[in-house]
Amino acid sequence: MSHATASSSGLPPSEPARPRGALARLHLDLPLLSGLLALCAFGLVVLYSASGQDLAQVERQAMRLAIAFGVLFALSQVHPHTLRRWSPWLYLAGILMLALVLVMGAVGKGAQRWLDLGFMRFQPSELVKLATPMMIAWYLSGRSLPPNWKQLLVSLALIALPVVLIARQPDLGTAILVASSGLFVLFLAGMSWRLIFGLLLSAAAAAPVLWHFMRDYQRKRVLTFMNPESDPLGAGYHIIQSKIAIGSGGLYGKGWLNGTQSQLEFLPERHTDFIFAVLGEEFGLVGAGILLLLYLFVILRGLQIASQAQDSYSRLLAGALVLVFFVYLFVNTGMVSGLLPVVGVPLPLVSYGGTSLVTLMAGFGMLMSIHTHRKLLPK
Amino acid sequence: MNEEFQFKDYRRESRLFNRRALVAGIGVVLALLTIFGRLLYLQVLRHDHFTTLAQDNRVKLIPLPPTRGLIYDRAGRLLAYNRPAFNLEIVPEKAGDVEGTLERLARLIELRPTDIERFQRLRKQHRRFESIPIKLDISDEEAALFAVNQHQFPGVSIRARLTRTYPLGATLSHVLGYVGRISIQDLKRIDPSNYAGTTYIGKIGVERAYEEVLHGQVGFQQVEVNALGKTVRVLNETPPRPGKSLRLHLDSRLQKVALEAFGDYTGAAVALDPRNGGVLALVSKPGFDPNPFVEGISSRDYQALRTNPDKPLFNRALKGAYPPGSTIKPFMGLAGLELGVITPQTRRYCPGFFQLPGREHKYRDWKKGGHGMTDLDKAITQSCDVFFYQLAHETGIDRLQQYLAQFRFGERTGIDLLGEQRGIRPSREWKRKRYNQVWFPGETVIVGIGQGSFQATPLQLAAATVAIANGGHYFEPRLVAELIDESTGKRTPVPTKDHPIPMINEADWQEIRKAMIHVIEDPHGTARRIRSDRYRIAGKTGTAQVFSVAQDAEYNEEEVARHMRDHALFIAYAPVEDPRIAVAVIVENGGHGGATAAPIAKKIMDAWLLPLLETSKNQPPMGEHSP
Repeated sequence: MSHATASSSGLPPSEPARPRGALARLHLDLPLLSGLLALCAFGLVVLYSASGQDLAQVERQAMRLAIAFGVLFALSQVHPHTLRRWSPWLYLAGILMLALVLVMGAVGKGAQRWLDLGFMRFQPSELVKLATPMMIAWYLSGRSLPPNWKQLLVSLALIALPVVLIARQPDLGTAILVASSGLFVLFLAGMSWRLIFGLLLSAAAAAPVLWHFMRDYQRKRVLTFMNPESDPLGAGYHIIQSKIAIGSGGLYGKGWLNGTQSQLEFLPERHTDFIFAVLGEEFGLVGAGILLLLYLFVILRGLQIASQAQDSYSRLLAGALVLVFFVYLFVNTGMVSGLLPVVGVPLPLVSYGGTSLVTLMAGFGMLMSIHTHRKLLPK
Repeated sequence: MNEEFQFKDYRRESRLFNRRALVAGIGVVLALLTIFGRLLYLQVLRHDHFTTLAQDNRVKLIPLPPTRGLIYDRAGRLLAYNRPAFNLEIVPEKAGDVEGTLERLARLIELRPTDIERFQRLRKQHRRFESIPIKLDISDEEAALFAVNQHQFPGVSIRARLTRTYPLGATLSHVLGYVGRISIQDLKRIDPSNYAGTTYIGKIGVERAYEEVLHGQVGFQQVEVNALGKTVRVLNETPPRPGKSLRLHLDSRLQKVALEAFGDYTGAAVALDPRNGGVLALVSKPGFDPNPFVEGISSRDYQALRTNPDKPLFNRALKGAYPPGSTIKPFMGLAGLELGVITPQTRRYCPGFFQLPGREHKYRDWKKGGHGMTDLDKAITQSCDVFFYQLAHETGIDRLQQYLAQFRFGERTGIDLLGEQRGIRPSREWKRKRYNQVWFPGETVIVGIGQGSFQATPLQLAAATVAIANGGHYFEPRLVAELIDESTGKRTPVPTKDHPIPMINEADWQEIRKAMIHVIEDPHGTARRIRSDRYRIAGKTGTAQVFSVAQDAEYNEEEVARHMRDHALFIAYAPVEDPRIAVAVIVENGGHGGATAAPIAKKIMDAWLLPLLETSKNQPPMGEHSP
């Protein structure tokens, strides 16, 4: 029975077993690379406007992009088997560093996310963003899929450990990203739908209980999200100004560098978390739609790479990395357009800033490695 | 199936993964469609709404307040102007913690209790986002000290303002009035948009009556601002139209003379130009210094003004209704002549009292033994009461009040100030309305000598005297002669309004004028002591009872406390050949009109006419007077 299915779903003969060409020899995937380059280029154009036409800022971001692409290239050379071997050690190192950061933060009396290594500052939560899905994929791929109850519980514990450590920093945005990266592995590994819905339902049921235990300022934050106009000068200000920016952009936008909301600084954090609003204002629905299509292309190509991967570890890791990328996009655009609460998540590859950029590109490097290190023939 | 076998089922795991990846892909597409739908809603469906909001964000209208017009006297002397001053001011809405800010500010700059008190008072009635002064007229040192520490005081700033100043102070308080900060009550009578950016508004006096003219038209600057409210560029500008300046008929020098003439007495004097009703002087004594009112007078000082028994805030010239007493007699006499009740030759016997036919009650004359045989001329010259008791009785209240109405007793004169009192012109109708009672014949008798319920303001008496002087032209008194557009120099005269009184027989008017001249020039005239050898005066004295003297009781001036004494009145005009000034004077508790009120009127007329006579020596006869 399993034999028949195996022969019918084998790799089609028409598909090249091993990619050819110069890029392939460099372990790069042309469609994915083109998509990423297009996104970054678009991002720099928007950043020039969002930074208040500060060329120095654009140059700094271009430098970071270059470094990030360097990291992508380096990781694409690493064989997936090596990645798999590293997984538990990276995870362990990440957890230790997170614990260290918390201890030092307690000493420094304040939120602490950095480790000062002397020559550079390092944010352990970024490492954990990659290490957590790697760890879960490593753990599950060594066993048969779909995972059973015991494996599920172990996986959830492995996810919960870094998430709790990060949430205590406190960094809600990163905690959500790390949690989703691990959960996506579970989802892709075939965790049963009944369990998924069960978890979702119990989460929904827990919400009122949670509300009961929330402090006043936390409740206020939730209420502000529901109705930002209730606090126009405080927490609601970001969302109100961002909606005005996007809405006033209209179909075609006000034109590059002509957004009044962006250029006159009504839009807060316009070059970082709220850069999507600048784009919406100056390039309109058309520009935002093009950007979303570029993202969609990158994501779908990533999922395709995942589905063509040759072992469970590669598949699960690749799929989870792509979906985390999507979570970045969805949480950010949802927040900026007023659909989701304000959570500090940047627009991937476009927002100004280097840390998440390097992590994301490292993830895409792994994707390319997975795609270009496939064996010539199925076993 | 054991674990080993499952692990090797490579294709099954792959299919499972592909199904999940497909679900994820569909989820991604749906999620991005949701985002796109949201953008569609914001950018297409609600585009207009957000465009308006973006526009509101970026474009601000900054009002450019107009400069208030100046006020000059007839000779061009400045009576009210705008003085630049540097104030320390605060916008409470921007400061947040106002009390804390004040506390910290007090450590830096001396704040007196009066400063704090004024601030708190202004704050109570201030408009939102209006800047309120904490300290006025700060010194250069204080300004420098604040400037280096400004970052510690959000919402506090040094502002250059044009502060309204009245250099003559109390001399003109009842004429000019004053401006003050715009209160919530004021907002109801103005167009708030025209006052955006304006600090002061006329509260009383000329400042109030000519507020519209003085204020001007607000201008606007449409500017693009950034999120910090800083102006990025000016989009367009409508300059403000400054208020027009006013030139008064009033002569500030004459005004000072009139005020000083009162000495220690309280009272009022009004001097009018008989040719057009222009107000040459308008005095209500005591006055008050209007300058502290501009930035808000302290409640202690205000209380002191309010409780002062001499009532400095009360404008007696406009609002003080006094019984006209004998000053009404020329008008009564004219009524008698014109209505044909008497002729100049009509003679009556005055035994010192008058009795209505068949009544016991004696209406007394001020002269105990009586005046004997008396005609109209003698009755006015010596102010015989009995003659006018009888005249009033014979004329009857209806015809009498009808005639007096032409001199606008009991009506507003129509002066260009607010708050003028009507006084009382007694009539059957008035009494029915006021008391719901019928008229008694005895009341008519009393009205004949301007007593009883008869009441007139000094302004009404002066305006009526003008009509006698110029032969029947009742001009509405006017303070403002012309409006001056300072930018073009264009002058617009303020029109006078004449309410002519029909003249039935000119000789009747001549007779009255002659009698009024005799008041001064006859050896028995009640105002003989003010006779001048430089020009001829026509006038009439009067005395208004403050409290009633019981029947047959003696009234002894010396024994009655000063505030219980009669008010002294005097009306006059001069020169009789070509009247240039008409005066009404009331001296409160001044006793006899001839003794106290007439000399004050004389001083006013001297101050006005003697310089005129000097100049007319060179250019006879008396030409147009324009100092």
